[in-house]
Amino acid sequence: MAGSAPAWAVPLVPAVLVGYAAAAVAGDAVLAARSAGRRVTLAVLAAPLAEVPRLLTEQRRTTLAADRTLWRLGPLAVPAAGVLAAVVVPFGNVVVSRMSVGVVWFNAMEVLTWAAIWMAGWGPNSVLSLVGGYRLVAQGLAYELPLMLALISAAVGARSLSPVSVAAAQGGHLWFAVWMPAAFLVYLASVLAFSFLGPFGYPAAGDLAGGVAAELSGPDRLVLRAGRWLLLAAGAGMAGPLFLGGGAGPLLPAWAWSAVKTLAVLAALVWARRRVPAIRADRYAEVAWVIVIPLMVAQVLVASAVVLALGGPP
Amino acid sequence: MTAVLLAILGPLAVASGLLVFLLWSMARVTIALLASFLAVGGLLIGLGLAYLGVVVILMMTMEMVIMAVFMVAYMENPAGLVRAASSGRRPVSLAFSTTVFGLLAAGIFVARWPHRAGAPLQARMPLRAGGPPRDATFQLGDALMGPQMLTMVTLGVALLATMVGAVALASGRGRYDRFGDDLKGRPPADPVRGGVGR
Repeated sequence: MAGSAPAWAVPLVPAVLVGYAAAAVAGDAVLAARSAGRRVTLAVLAAPLAEVPRLLTEQRRTTLAADRTLWRLGPLAVPAAGVLAAVVVPFGNVVVSRMSVGVVWFNAMEVLTWAAIWMAGWGPNSVLSLVGGYRLVAQGLAYELPLMLALISAAVGARSLSPVSVAAAQGGHLWFAVWMPAAFLVYLASVLAFSFLGPFGYPAAGDLAGGVAAELSGPDRLVLRAGRWLLLAAGAGMAGPLFLGGGAGPLLPAWAWSAVKTLAVLAALVWARRRVPAIRADRYAEVAWVIVIPLMVAQVLVASAVVLALGGPP
Repeated sequence: MTAVLLAILGPLAVASGLLVFLLWSMARVTIALLASFLAVGGLLIGLGLAYLGVVVILMMTMEMVIMAVFMVAYMENPAGLVRAASSGRRPVSLAFSTTVFGLLAAGIFVARWPHRAGAPLQARMPLRAGGPPRDATFQLGDALMGPQMLTMVTLGVALLATMVGAVALASGRGRYDRFGDDLKGRPPADPVRGGVGR
């Protein structure tokens, strides 16, 4: 629990995160409208927002012999994990928790979604959502180790597990994204994977009638859907300090550069979500273990060798 | 602040640990055990061992999810819908676990920890004497990768070999099923083809 932040920064975390997530959802709605050949109007932007009151007032679906505790707990844990992951993400020069092992904390909070999604899949006693939950576990076993090695690359480059120190280590040096491109790309793909969106949307895919979300309705459906976008926002926010120099940049203040970098990463992720086809977990597992993990081990080795040879990041 | 955190998380860890013996559904049992581990992770963070605490949260979440998959696959009555099943082993395991817990908890008070000046709450923690550590994560890494490097490397490779060996022994399909009796069949006859085009 080392370090402290001004008290006003604490409610700022969910607020900023919701802002980023709303921007991502709006961007996604625009892309959807354009690919459908519709005109982009304010109504298109507001359509996802109009879902909120509809879902809040919708009557909950019931199923036979459901495990109601786990069914309610699972979806709730998804946005909670997103917000908890974001408390170690620096926003400009402000960060709620200066925890010395923030990178590992971020990783741990993201992994909590494994349990959350499995619970959401198990809860309703329905085949489709159960299969969705198992798909997430299979996908998790494939994406998690490459993600961990990508995080380790950044931590090794800065010789610290604190996101603040990782961002500071890039001050006056090359951004980690420049000389660790493999780690950066794998990190971005993993952000899509832990928010199970786009190519990694397999656990909640259409071929399962929505997978883990198949039987979710009302507020539960709302928190699960919001949670995915909050996780995406938290992941995009962490990309800045880990790989893009944090709040560093000319002219603008640090918080503005943080916002610019986060929104740029979010835009890239939202675009990729619509353009990259879905990957089946059984196929991705082999790609991950045969190609990506050895690549990432080599990336960590290169990062370690460079830091040892130069006495610091280049 | 820290004391309040410990006062909440400690009983929470014990209570959710007990729930493991009281609940019937394997899914709920696993999640209760996970909740216990999360509380223990929080306790460790509160005691100033941030790295250990966060690693407990990270590793135990992954392990519990994987354990849930196996519990559901192998246990009779995974959803706990039939109350009568497997009740005989329950009191035995509860008694065993409570005894071990009691012994370990008693050990905290019986052992003579080295005294240390510094932070009052951390004074009873079993670290080295002479003030609280500047960076517990660094100390841990130094201890594991310094004097105990050979032990850790040997242990790591042994664990990996055990896992690979266990999977190879347990797998229903061996290389003769995949490549044929002369091991020359290409591509392998797998029920599901992987993602790298083999």
